[in-house]
Amino acid sequence: MQQQIAEIRIKGSVQGVGLRPCVWHLAQEMALHGEVCNDGDGLLIRLYPAAAATGFRERLESRLPAQAEVDSISIRHTRCDAAPNGFRIAPSSTTPGTTRIQPDLAICPECQTEIRDRGNRHYRYAFTSCTRCGPRFSIVEGQPYDRERTTMAPFPLCPICSDDFSNPHRRRFHAQAIACPVCGPQLQLLAADGRLLAQQDAIHSAAQRLKAGALLAIKAVGGFHLACDALDSAAIVRLRDFKGRPEKPLAVMLPDLEALQLRCIAAPAELELLTGPAAPIVLLRSRDGHWPGNLCDGLDRIGVMLPGTPLQQLLLSAVGRPLVMTSGNVEGAPPCLDNDEARTLLGPGVDALLLHERVIARRIDDSVVQLAAGQPQILRRARGYAPAALKLGTGFEAADGVLALGGDLKNAPCLLRQGQAIPGAHLGDLANPRILQQLQQSGIDLASLFACRPRLIACDGHRGYHSRSLAQRLAERQQLPLIEVQHHHAHLAACLAEHRRPLDAPPVLGLILDGSGQAPDDSPHPLWGGEILLADYRHCERLDGLPAVAMPGAEQAAREPWRNLLAHLERWSPDWERLRWPSLDALRRQPLATLRGLIREGFNAPPASSCGRLFDAVAALLDIAPQRLSYEGQAAMRLEALAGRASAQPVPALGPPAGPIALDGVWQRLLGGLGSETPERLAYCFHHWLAELLAQRVRALAHTYHCDTLALGGGCLHNRLLLEALQHQLRDSGLMLLAPRQLPAGDGGLALGQAVVAWARERRP
Amino acid sequence: MTDAKRLTLAHGSGGEPMQQLLHQHIQPLFDNAILARQEDQARLNMTLAPGERLAFTTDSFVVTPLCFPGGNIGTLAANGTLNDLVVGGARPHYLSCALIIEEGLPLETLQALLADLAREVRAAGALVVTGDTKVVPRGAADGLFINTSGIGVIPAAVDLGTHRLKAGCRLLVSGPVGDHGAAILACRRELALGGDLISDCASLWPLVKGMLEEPGLLAMRDATRGGVNAVLHEFAAAAGLSVELEEAAIPVRPAVRGLCELLGLDPLQLACEGRLLAAVEADAAERMLERMHAHPLGSGAQLIGRLVPQRNSAVIVRGLYGVERSLPAVSGELLPRIC
Ligand SMILES: [Fe+3]
Ligand SMILES: [Mg+2]
Ligand SMILES: [Zn+2]
Ligand SMILES: [Zn+2]
Repeated sequence: MQQQIAEIRIKGSVQGVGLRPCVWHLAQEMALHGEVCNDGDGLLIRLYPAAAATGFRERLESRLPAQAEVDSISIRHTRCDAAPNGFRIAPSSTTPGTTRIQPDLAICPECQTEIRDRGNRHYRYAFTSCTRCGPRFSIVEGQPYDRERTTMAPFPLCPICSDDFSNPHRRRFHAQAIACPVCGPQLQLLAADGRLLAQQDAIHSAAQRLKAGALLAIKAVGGFHLACDALDSAAIVRLRDFKGRPEKPLAVMLPDLEALQLRCIAAPAELELLTGPAAPIVLLRSRDGHWPGNLCDGLDRIGVMLPGTPLQQLLLSAVGRPLVMTSGNVEGAPPCLDNDEARTLLGPGVDALLLHERVIARRIDDSVVQLAAGQPQILRRARGYAPAALKLGTGFEAADGVLALGGDLKNAPCLLRQGQAIPGAHLGDLANPRILQQLQQSGIDLASLFACRPRLIACDGHRGYHSRSLAQRLAERQQLPLIEVQHHHAHLAACLAEHRRPLDAPPVLGLILDGSGQAPDDSPHPLWGGEILLADYRHCERLDGLPAVAMPGAEQAAREPWRNLLAHLERWSPDWERLRWPSLDALRRQPLATLRGLIREGFNAPPASSCGRLFDAVAALLDIAPQRLSYEGQAAMRLEALAGRASAQPVPALGPPAGPIALDGVWQRLLGGLGSETPERLAYCFHHWLAELLAQRVRALAHTYHCDTLALGGGCLHNRLLLEALQHQLRDSGLMLLAPRQLPAGDGGLALGQAVVAWARERRP
Repeated sequence: MTDAKRLTLAHGSGGEPMQQLLHQHIQPLFDNAILARQEDQARLNMTLAPGERLAFTTDSFVVTPLCFPGGNIGTLAANGTLNDLVVGGARPHYLSCALIIEEGLPLETLQALLADLAREVRAAGALVVTGDTKVVPRGAADGLFINTSGIGVIPAAVDLGTHRLKAGCRLLVSGPVGDHGAAILACRRELALGGDLISDCASLWPLVKGMLEEPGLLAMRDATRGGVNAVLHEFAAAAGLSVELEEAAIPVRPAVRGLCELLGLDPLQLACEGRLLAAVEADAAERMLERMHAHPLGSGAQLIGRLVPQRNSAVIVRGLYGVERSLPAVSGELLPRIC
């Protein structure tokens, strides 16, 4: 005889978060029958008697696991042949559908306790995990998330683990990545020549070597780290030489919070980020004198993280001091992903390699986060965040099948699926063909893991971008429409999308402060980078912006800040040569006739309204920019750091606004202050003057165009002082300020903007 | 200065002044029997042996300034067309030479330029057998434009071309790259670039003659407009393969490198006028390189890379630390990618 049962469907990020055990326990408590399983659409519960479903849902909602992100719970009644008896967790069904994959999670407190407990069978075991922690995205090979479709498949569970896995009363019930010393992956410490140095005591042995100044390659979650003692400047020199990274700051990992607070100043919100499940690199104020000078390029902030895996916890407590933990690659090349690659590429530069047998399914770098204007801001989105989905605003419910390839630097792709955006993990500079290959792979990967066939490809309009060439090839091969989205419109739209602005909401003002991107064809200058835009998802109009100034030597000017100083001086203070000041004296020794020729003739000196190049120019003026940058953003970061050392006295206002933005006033004050003010003070004032200029213009335009919202974007918004100064200048403007938080303000967030613009334009009304 | 020494529109009118110009001042420079017959066409006795093929090419030359360190528009017009023949494996036989002269060009200048053109053609064993002269009003041309066409013969045993490219074959460049482009830039007075930059303008026939005797030669191109980069992209596209280069092996003169640094240019994208790129069987590359080194035109030759199965970038340079970088196909001015 047929029985009525209820089917409860739960959608969202609900697999691998301990939801099935939670359902099971509740069913036991309520003495209900039926089953629960993961499938391609999320979680499916069959419940008998059906009448209990509503009450069941209410109680379930009140006790969802912390990691679960539920989008919807729906109930429908159906019939089955026989009433179920008892409640069980059924095997997953493999239909591809809509469910999400979790980011990798840092080790939880219970597992931390276990690996330190002599009596526990996970004592000192480097691959301990449970339903609440451990690897996820980095080991997933297919959907749904079950052990056989992860890189843990080659490690069959021992009887005790097997029992843990199948017993609903244990905290490892249906935890797909669990392992123990008997059945799980093992560590190996190898010499550079492949000789086995240690196995059982690999961590201890690695720690001894690190303490003695050695360089190690260490297998991490989504890649390898190059590690050395972060207090040993000689070891840092060796690491920098090998990595080909002369000055760019290196991230460090500290054993625990106590060690961290000894050497850094962290606000409560920063501590929360550090100890949260994503365990990102957080940029913190370093305490003076606590770090070697060659660690952070003289900047007063340092990227720190806490040990996020059992392996890192065991290693760091054995070392007992901070370690440099930088990505395991030579600068410009993608990080190593497997043991053989690490031995070949990193072996020659390190003293030993700490390896293990768990395969990395895909590259996921460490994420970078900072606190800006009191709130977290993700600067590099990867481990711990990817591939979490972002909800989009009203009107995007049907957004689906859009793959956006992002920009060329700090590249990361983004997929739109079922009204949500799924940003892929950070990849890097596509000038490297292997990273371009990873982008192609990542697009395929996102599409297949999330069971979403792209129907539309989006990319930047820059004719020299490698990402655009790849997009053209993909679109051609799969016969898909390709939509090019202007760089700064994409920046703006990314910010709108992140803040769930509805599709048909009225236009907003956008203030995009960026390096440079190709302008639309009808623009009077070919490169933009400091624009005030009026835009919605579909349209974008430039209202004003920084005046365009030549970039003599084109891309060379993005590497050599003094070129921008020259171009700005020639434009705003042509009699600069009479001034005496170290940076100006050095500038006079450059081949000025030739450089002026380039600017005058417009020969390889494209005019750009770039905010980034303005920062370069001011950094060069204040003698803190190197002749040639050794990493992107170096001059601007040093300028922000310089300003941070000034006393925060009020900055005299520039004066009343006068129509379109001009920079002569700012330059006059900077040049006029060279002798009388400290460089710190000038750097500080510059941030405020720029914010004042932009804010005044924004206010006027908001009034003219009846806008109540200002969206911010562009890489310069990673500058905290500038963001805070803008907020301060606009505090009583009545404008709602939207700043990028979940995704980088720079090109790392570009793909989201491209995706939503492309979809909005392509959608049939 | 008298008008008699400058060219006027009358010199191109077909009348007496033109006849005088041709007979007295131009034909003697080229001094050969075929041209001397003064028919409306050159009559050529060419009998091809079985398997031999004719090669035929044309090119127009416009350059500012007309004379530059290492050459002039005359040597350029001769060598440009000669080289287009010889990189196909053809021995050059006959050239045409058509002039478009801007009114006011000094006769002396024209004669000197054409004397250089004639000398280069003769040195390659070829003859200028037909031509044309036009004079246009001031402003309608820039001093002098020259068009040359050339006919050569490809020996039966020679089969060069992109159809023979394959993965694994090696790429050789015959000398330092970018010299011509740098020399021309250095002539632009508004860029105020002095320095000892000399064009590489030269006829490649003497070098290629020797290379054709070596086994394993698959394809050649002279790296003119768009520089070596353009040729590499042509090779990659035609063969459906990718190019991998070793940055350290690419020969660039310090002066050219310095100029490129200052102006923000890539030496691989600067034009050459006497450099060729050769694709050679892997096992023949070393001997070919020796052979090239034996000739003064190839003394700076280098093995710079190879063709590999297609990757997602057509041309890839391996630099310091073995890190790779894609070279975009875009020639000319490239907007910065750095954001
Ligand atoms: Fe950008
Ligand atoms: Mg040609
Ligand atoms: Zn755990
Ligand atoms: Zn086990």
